[in-house]
Amino acid sequence: MTAIPPVPDQTDQYFWNGVGEHRLLIQRCTGCATLRLPPVPMCGVCHALTWDTVEAVGRGTIYSWLLSRPPGDSAESARVVILVQLAEGPRVVSNLVSADPDGSVDLSAIANDMPVQLCFREIDGVLLPLFHAVSR
Amino acid sequence: MSRDIGTIIAGIGQTEFSKASGRSELQLAAEASLAAITDAGMTPADIDGMVTFTLDSNDELLLMRCLGIPELRYWSRTPHGGAGAHTTVQHASLAVRGGAAKAVLVYRAFNERSGRRFGQPNQRVTPPGWNSYLPFGLDTPAKTYSLEFQRYMHRYGVTNEDFGRYTVIARQHASTNPRAWFYGRPITIDEHQDSRWLVEPILRKLDCCQESDGGVAMVVTSADRTVDLPSPAAHIAAIADGHLINGSVMFNYYHDDLSTFPEAAFLASQLYSAAGLTPADIDAAMLYENFSPIVFLQLEALGFCGPGEARDFIAAGHIGLEGSLPVNTHGGLLGEAYIHGLNNIIEGVRQIRGTAVNQLAEANHVMVAGGRSGMILAKH
Repeated sequence: MTAIPPVPDQTDQYFWNGVGEHRLLIQRCTGCATLRLPPVPMCGVCHALTWDTVEAVGRGTIYSWLLSRPPGDSAESARVVILVQLAEGPRVVSNLVSADPDGSVDLSAIANDMPVQLCFREIDGVLLPLFHAVSR
Repeated sequence: MSRDIGTIIAGIGQTEFSKASGRSELQLAAEASLAAITDAGMTPADIDGMVTFTLDSNDELLLMRCLGIPELRYWSRTPHGGAGAHTTVQHASLAVRGGAAKAVLVYRAFNERSGRRFGQPNQRVTPPGWNSYLPFGLDTPAKTYSLEFQRYMHRYGVTNEDFGRYTVIARQHASTNPRAWFYGRPITIDEHQDSRWLVEPILRKLDCCQESDGGVAMVVTSADRTVDLPSPAAHIAAIADGHLINGSVMFNYYHDDLSTFPEAAFLASQLYSAAGLTPADIDAAMLYENFSPIVFLQLEALGFCGPGEARDFIAAGHIGLEGSLPVNTHGGLLGEAYIHGLNNIIEGVRQIRGTAVNQLAEANHVMVAGGRSGMILAKH
């Protein structure tokens, strides 16, 4: 599997710094507490330019999903891309991985709205915030 | 008769659509543009405005030299890809209405198959705003859009085979269109189901638009010019964009319900209101389709059927040439070619003129839409 590394900019540098510390950080407006993910520099609700972060507890559900693979590769080698509905409210794009770091995802078990848990793994040398399935 | 905004598409032009044009993008732009200007009964000296996509590689000043346009008073470019294709005509129309120009050339030309291919995976380059997507494997348009489509499938129990029924119709329409790449090559639903998965479990290869080389151009001018025209004018009854907060490039993972297309619903409400029409007044629709599922979402959002009903609407034959709402009568971007959506607009003009290859008996009002931008063309 290959992963294209992020190129952090002034807006999302905080996010990738958090990933380096194994934390999924959601931008929070210090004016009105609105959560923003992906981050933007101004709050669209109250226009405050100041913000801090809240650390996601790491629970969510699969809102939608697909298999991402280069042409010719088998389904087993695909990355499972998921849109996660975080417990805090925002959605985030990630990958579904096996709970066992050496295992593989059971593709037949993937379902919309199934619960997932945050974990941090390297793919192709890139540390990413990923999710694995958990029992309900 | 619908209301209109006082502007028309007076001329249309194109090159052939191919997989290897064998010439420069600038030459394609010049050929398509000259054809459109000639079709409008004009000469290049009549053109005083130009609009294209920000993504287009063809420089306005070089195109002026090719065409011999002596003076240009207005130019503009429109953001993002084909879902904003109709915005080019909106800019041109507004320029004419506002007096900035009398006749505006709209063009888009590229070697999108033999040159830079949009459908190929991104090669380790991360443009601004893509850190949230590329590192996780969303490296092609097929994948970024499919993350929305899968929720639609889940919500209504729609299958990839259901999506394939659109492809079969698009290829049927293309099969009788000599301009289409897939002229003479209709497919069956079994052939669709035998094509390889591109994004499992959502898209197969035959759900995707083509990658094409070619150019398309139009001339937009005032409705006052209709008396001079060699061909009947396509009046712009209404034209609008439809963008909503939390969109990201041309998708939106963050609105409440991804099984709906609220941008297209917003677009539709503007168009019907401005034109004084309802979905029942529309005789045909040219719907931008990078991928087959977007036709389903648009049919519902534009009011042609209810939420979740597109599958049955298509299966019942409504979007075929004999149906109640023929869709993409030229074969669309899957069947004819992918010229970033502009070829769908000129098919709308041909239907209004009565000169389409698959001409409909009744084509007084044609919806031409791409979800986040669109127009209603009228005959009157």
